[in-house]
Amino acid sequence: MIDTLMTALATLLTLEHMAYMLLGVSVGLVIGVIPGLGGIAGLSLLVPFLYGMDPISALGMLIGLVAVIPTSDTFSSVMMGIPGSSASQATVLDGFPLAKQGQAARALSAAFISSLFGGIVGAFILTFFVLIARPLILMFGSAELFMLALFGLSMVAVLAGRSLPKGLAAAAVGLLIGSMGAAPATGEFRMIFGTEYLYDGIPLVIIGLGLFAIPEISDLLRKNAAIAERNALGSGWFQGLRDWWSNLFLSIRCSGFGCMIGAIPGLGGSVVDWIAYGHAVQTTKDNPHFGKGDIRGVIAPESANNAMQGGALLPTMLFGIPGSGSMAVFLGGMVLIGIEPGPSMMGPDLNITYSIIWSLALANIMGAGICMLLAQPISKLTSVPFQYLAPCMIALICFAAFQATRDLSDLVALLAIGLVGIMMKRFGWPRPALLIGFVLAPQAETFFYQALQFNGWGFLTRPGVLIIGALTLASIYFGLKNRVDDTGPTGDAAVTSHTSRNVQIAFALAMIGFFAMALWDALDHSFLGAVFPLGVGVIGVVFGGILLLHLWRGHADHPAFFDYEIVGDHVGNEGNSWFWTGPAWLAGLVAGTALVGFYIAMIGFFIAFLRLRARASWLRTLIMTVAAAGFILGLAYMLSLNFPSGLLQASYDLPWPIR
Amino acid sequence: MTDFITTTRRGAIGLALGAAAAFCFGTAASAEVSFEGKTIEWIIPFSAGGGSDTWARFNAPLLSKYLPGSPTVVVVNELGGGSTKGTNLFAARAKPDGLTILGTSGSTQFPYLLGDPRVRYEYANWKIVMASPTGGVVYTSPSTGVTSPAEIGKLAGQKLIYASQGATSLDLVPLLGFKQSGLEVQHVFGFKGRGDGRLAFERGETNIDYQTSSAYIKNVQPLVDAGTAVPLFSWGVLDDDGNLVRDPTFPDLPHFGEAYQTMTGNAPSGPEYDAYFAFFTAGFPAQKMVFLPKDTSQEIVDAYQAAITAMKADPEYQANKEAVLGTYEQVVGKAADALFKKGTVISPELRKQVVDMLAADYGVKLGED
Repeated sequence: MIDTLMTALATLLTLEHMAYMLLGVSVGLVIGVIPGLGGIAGLSLLVPFLYGMDPISALGMLIGLVAVIPTSDTFSSVMMGIPGSSASQATVLDGFPLAKQGQAARALSAAFISSLFGGIVGAFILTFFVLIARPLILMFGSAELFMLALFGLSMVAVLAGRSLPKGLAAAAVGLLIGSMGAAPATGEFRMIFGTEYLYDGIPLVIIGLGLFAIPEISDLLRKNAAIAERNALGSGWFQGLRDWWSNLFLSIRCSGFGCMIGAIPGLGGSVVDWIAYGHAVQTTKDNPHFGKGDIRGVIAPESANNAMQGGALLPTMLFGIPGSGSMAVFLGGMVLIGIEPGPSMMGPDLNITYSIIWSLALANIMGAGICMLLAQPISKLTSVPFQYLAPCMIALICFAAFQATRDLSDLVALLAIGLVGIMMKRFGWPRPALLIGFVLAPQAETFFYQALQFNGWGFLTRPGVLIIGALTLASIYFGLKNRVDDTGPTGDAAVTSHTSRNVQIAFALAMIGFFAMALWDALDHSFLGAVFPLGVGVIGVVFGGILLLHLWRGHADHPAFFDYEIVGDHVGNEGNSWFWTGPAWLAGLVAGTALVGFYIAMIGFFIAFLRLRARASWLRTLIMTVAAAGFILGLAYMLSLNFPSGLLQASYDLPWPIR
Repeated sequence: MTDFITTTRRGAIGLALGAAAAFCFGTAASAEVSFEGKTIEWIIPFSAGGGSDTWARFNAPLLSKYLPGSPTVVVVNELGGGSTKGTNLFAARAKPDGLTILGTSGSTQFPYLLGDPRVRYEYANWKIVMASPTGGVVYTSPSTGVTSPAEIGKLAGQKLIYASQGATSLDLVPLLGFKQSGLEVQHVFGFKGRGDGRLAFERGETNIDYQTSSAYIKNVQPLVDAGTAVPLFSWGVLDDDGNLVRDPTFPDLPHFGEAYQTMTGNAPSGPEYDAYFAFFTAGFPAQKMVFLPKDTSQEIVDAYQAAITAMKADPEYQANKEAVLGTYEQVVGKAADALFKKGTVISPELRKQVVDMLAADYGVKLGED
């Protein structure tokens, strides 16, 4: 084995292979920085170049890309509060508050060193684990996978926010949105409301961007200021490294979790950052201030998400089963260069396996190093007045959103979910709870049904089920004890929020209306297709009802009350503009797309925004518009992408890109 | 509809540079097909990284090399609606200039054959360029007491469990096949792919499964060697006359028809078998097909078929084809035509029979119109 290890390392360390890996790493870093674009887009960029490449170089390039996306996606999570990819949503919770307090440098350096460490731990575990992984992975049957989905859902307890009914209702909304589309047991289509788009359910990227990016952009747009309230990066580079060192064991634990969760096929890595974050909260005793800028809230998810990529390679290589969307593209890439994954990866092809693992470790080192170097220039972006940054962010986010199905409906869905996100943020509904519910809904339902089919109710007595069940109960217990409140200052917040009680009741009623709609829809379906949405809908109505009661009858200082428009830190500042500014601009872009297609609409949007909102000179408007149009065009060209088309394209046959 | 300049992706960018040149070649194209300086969009109605995407990305550079004028061939993923969205788009928009082609899969054929309301395409309109067959092997667990393909009869009356991707997915073929050969199979739905299903088999949750040929060789053969899986039969392939014969990759294994005979004592026939056969052809021998839109001139179709014939001799093709295509040859001309016809036509009675059975036994609704 040592021989194979060394040979693999030696092949890797040639100039050519390193150069290809660096190329992959660079593309990965750029893709990670752009919010919403993740591994799938990155790999799709590189796959066309694979043809005829030497397999080891090609693999190095692909691994380089996959490995560093969870490193560089931290930039926008920390500095703008917008998750750079689905892997670092949890980083936002504490990373962004740290940046607002002028400690971006500390948060970033802690994040990068955690990413680096997580990646290496992932590679290290793989090195030894790969030979014995097959039987271990096979121990996780449908029953155990169902329990793991429940374990993931238990993180809602940590993230439910100040008002538990609110948090549980939010999770129920997520579970219901996640159950839209084909039912796993019968294939019947639920809650599609006659629209073809909803047949496949709403894509994760839309939910992620809608819940986290749109509210943040909309918020920043109103303030007429730069993102960084003080100096952009601040000092604290070494502080961040020291923070990581003093939380080394947290980092090790989270890396281990990340690697394990990634290695279990079927669970998907989308919640690994939340599980790590939840774990950090549950195990911290001394002076936690999670949600308001606790460095441990950055270290935990960042350690886990890089390690997860390593873990996710296992089922891909050993069983040919991709654990995530980006692993699916990676698997396609492997087949294209003539490598068929399977048991031979730990037999005759072991050298390939090890070169993949070593590439993973090297890429993590490269990625974190480059990120450290780039932190200074990239952070300058946050001192740019947001009116100039906003159109770029909006265009990029729309671009990322329609990667999902390349349709106008993606943008409409983004706008709709964005509005929900804005209201949830305003009224203190925990968005992470919704997201976790959304991601785990299909897993929970599918695996529960399969476990019942395979094992009957007897599945509840399997040892693995009992162990994970006990872990879940412990997680709920510690979670409820250390609940995170990311809604801002406590104390008299609730008292003053009481004044907008009626609006808060109206929003809660709207959410209950959604539950009612789901219940009504469920009545049309067969037992197997209806039982999950029915159950969740009832839970939602119950907790929504309790919340209503709190809002209606509760004392003025009841924790259910929250209105960011009354207690937010922007209140009382000069120059706050209209609450609906952000959504209105986004709606304008979507409407424009419906008329003339995305590309023309985006150019018009840039000009209109820069002239009317940012009051830029014509020269600056022109330069920025051309640059942005060129960038988006280049990206679309490389991805072989047709932009969503509108009415204009329906009546005239136009050339690409305005086709 | 105005016939604006028929520029393409690459054309749009290179317009300023190559306008004059493109014009010259453009006029020449009417006499002899040449795609010089053009970009061909290959629409794949599936996501990046899937089987169809990999298949197209394997073929695209070779097609580019051998098509007259060496155009750029780009794979455009237009996913959604279980592949109906991108296919609808092709049906509605593609012009008969040879610059847009469509790659379909069994998952595109099945909704069409079943009459899914989302389908707004008509196969009969299109011109077939190439068909890419595939095959597969059904195997069982030794816990059933079966030790060789000849003992398949032992399965009668046993409770078998199969991990399925859904009653209207490609797993409809095993569903119909098992049903008519008298096997009692419980189909557990919701699996993400055949790989997922194989994992459930390895975990002991299911006791009957099938894998496509290359996955079988790579992942199941080791299980067979270790004695934890027993092959039963291959789905078989079609010969030039459209008869079911043994899969040349697995000459020692009986094909489905032979297994059927062992199980039931009769040669396969009757409306149930015809229904099975229609979906089998659409799912295996004619699984992946490349189409040009209707009204495409015969010269363009010929140019494509000549390019495909030429590319099959390319050393790059030879070196990598096994990983992507398994052990089957991609076909053009008459062979492709035959598969096209058999794989995309079903009589209304047979369709109704299958749809009614799915509704009655599995509660499948194909969505409302």
